Amino acid sequence: MLSNISYRYKIPASLSLVIVVTALAVAGPLISGANETTKRDLVDHALSLGKTLAGAVQPALLHDDMWQAYEIITTPYDRALQQRLGQPTIVVVDAQGAIYVASDPKRFPATRQLASVGPMSAKLAEIVTRPSDAPVVLEDLDPKLSIMAVPVLATDNTQLGTVILEYSRDLYSQRLLETIRKVAASTAITLAILVPLGWLWGKQIASPLLRLSSAIRQVAQAPAATVAFKAPVGKDEIAELGATFNSMVDGLKEREALKEEVLASERLAAIGRLTAGIAHEINNPLGGMLNAISTYKRQRGDAPSFVDRTMSLLERGLTQIRGTVAALLVEARLESRALTSHDIEDVHTLLLPNVQGKHIRLDWQNSVTEPIPLPSTEVRQILLNLLLNAVEAVDERGRVVSAVTPSETELEVRVENDGVGLNDNQLQHLFEPFAESRRKGKGLGLWMTYQLATQLRGRIEAQSKPGQTVFTVKLPIAA
Amino acid sequence: MLRRSFLGCSLASACAVLAPRPTWGQDARSISIGTTPVFLDDDVAFLRDWQGYLQRELRRPVAFVQRRSYREVSELLLAEKLDAAWICGFPYVRYRERMRLLAVPTWEGEPLYRSYVIVPSSDQTTQSIGDLGGKIYAFSDPDSNSGWLVPNSLLFRLGKDAASFFLKSFFTWGHRRVVDAVAVGLAQGGSVDGYVWETLKIHHPEVTGQTRVAHRSAKYGFPPFVTRSQLPANDFRQLQEVLVGMRTNQAGQELLRKLNLDGFQVAPESVFNGIAENMRMLHLS
Repeated sequence: MLSNISYRYKIPASLSLVIVVTALAVAGPLISGANETTKRDLVDHALSLGKTLAGAVQPALLHDDMWQAYEIITTPYDRALQQRLGQPTIVVVDAQGAIYVASDPKRFPATRQLASVGPMSAKLAEIVTRPSDAPVVLEDLDPKLSIMAVPVLATDNTQLGTVILEYSRDLYSQRLLETIRKVAASTAITLAILVPLGWLWGKQIASPLLRLSSAIRQVAQAPAATVAFKAPVGKDEIAELGATFNSMVDGLKEREALKEEVLASERLAAIGRLTAGIAHEINNPLGGMLNAISTYKRQRGDAPSFVDRTMSLLERGLTQIRGTVAALLVEARLESRALTSHDIEDVHTLLLPNVQGKHIRLDWQNSVTEPIPLPSTEVRQILLNLLLNAVEAVDERGRVVSAVTPSETELEVRVENDGVGLNDNQLQHLFEPFAESRRKGKGLGLWMTYQLATQLRGRIEAQSKPGQTVFTVKLPIAA
Repeated sequence: MLRRSFLGCSLASACAVLAPRPTWGQDARSISIGTTPVFLDDDVAFLRDWQGYLQRELRRPVAFVQRRSYREVSELLLAEKLDAAWICGFPYVRYRERMRLLAVPTWEGEPLYRSYVIVPSSDQTTQSIGDLGGKIYAFSDPDSNSGWLVPNSLLFRLGKDAASFFLKSFFTWGHRRVVDAVAVGLAQGGSVDGYVWETLKIHHPEVTGQTRVAHRSAKYGFPPFVTRSQLPANDFRQLQEVLVGMRTNQAGQELLRKLNLDGFQVAPESVFNGIAENMRMLHLS
């Protein structure tokens, strides 16, 4: 089926077919034209030669000069014509149908009746002995011969005889073959040039279609983000289709990204609820237990020292659990005071020992001038967490950028580092507690940061590529 | 294909152009020589060489003049419009009172030649002209001894008459063309100058190869060089000396070699007795 064939082949093949058909359509009439010309050429030439010979041979016939008649009909005439049409056999027949002289005396012996020379000659003799004063062209007497009969007339128009010219059609078909060969050669050359061009052109036409089709297949098989289609420039249908397709893919990409974001935050929220629930359940008995230990310590008498040691061990363990739970149970204390430039500088001071220890270049940008109505403790916590992570992520003599930039509607906290970066999997689970991307620590820093930012109705984003990892927190400022 | 006889030298002036630079005085009278197809007179290059040779030897311009038939040349000579001519023995005998015998070519040691009856090479049976009754026959020229008089004498002796003996006969106006006519099959027999046939056999064996000599006649006087009767004695002698002297120098020998002749000699009229006898027999004298 034609519809099963790819346009990759269909378009170039169609163009090539059109070229071939055109070439043949041109060559055909050319050959048949040449055929007609050759035929007409032959007849015209033969008739004119016949008339000339009839005129020239007339005195010889009249005076019975056989040798002169022979010389006349065997005289080489127009050599160019002879080469093109061949040398005819010429027979001069007298008024009684007897051969007077012939260019081939062995085949047509003088004085013999033309009718007795062969079956074809009998018919010919019948035709030529019929009184006539006009030349006759006989094409159908013999398939291999073209025969012309021209009467030899005396001055009073009495017929003295007939000059018969017999042309072999071999040469004529040879000429036709030659013409066909020439036309075929030039057609072949034309095709040799045009068909590859047509094929290339066809491929060029088909190429954007094919690319579009493969891009559409990709959409079905892979995430939209990986689909790439370079739409052809222009205003034709394919270019329009390409542009439409691209905007559709863009829409798909946006939707996919949005879906992922929603999924991620839903997951984080679920995790948050779960951890908060567990933490509360632990936290309540934990507080009781720690109080009990404290009370015991205050009221104990001379208890044996191993009990003291056990208690102390229990207390340390429980305290550690409380720390962890506290970290999980992040809660922004909204009553905290407004954020000032000093708060940001405090974080700088806190961070300095770590920075100097690793000889890190720290690019510190603090654009806060006026107090901002955001809880200072939480913002400091967010900034510190991000910076500690950054310092941890870079190598010795690495670079860390910290930029705190307020605007009218939000505060942007951006922390950048030139460490090795995070892979896709790490990015996906970045804000989950106990994530495995940590080099050290409990893995609660980013969890806490995320919780704080979310509780402040802000957004946190992480982008990473080798040599550049950027965390951006945007916190809305209440009007 | 047949070659047409060369007619380019039919004008004396045309031949003069072909000749080398003149080495004679302004007053030197030109000598005009008529030629007939008693030899292969269609070889233009040869004629030019011979003309040059004769001009050098005679120290005067020489022009060869050709005509279609023997008769035209004879008539020009009789009208004193040619100084000399190489004609057939038959017209010479007929007009010997009005011409002077200049020299006779020597061929195979004698001033004699034969007439041949030739047939196509495919004909292996014909032994004489008498076997060709009812056939088409080619004569060369009605004024030719070998090409007309001899065969007619042969037929006469057989009690036949050419007009009724042959189905048809025709003249080709040249020996060479008799060979052609028989070779292509236009005629089933023909009479030809034996010397011409033998010479043609040397130069064009492919033509003579298509014919076979069926009969060789008795010997007759070779076609002679003759002059008009009024040619000044001095010119006559000079011309005779030059022709006879051709065999004595290298250039002359080279020309004679091409002519396939031994030379020219001063011969008695009696060498043409055979021809005269045939003429008497046919009541042509």
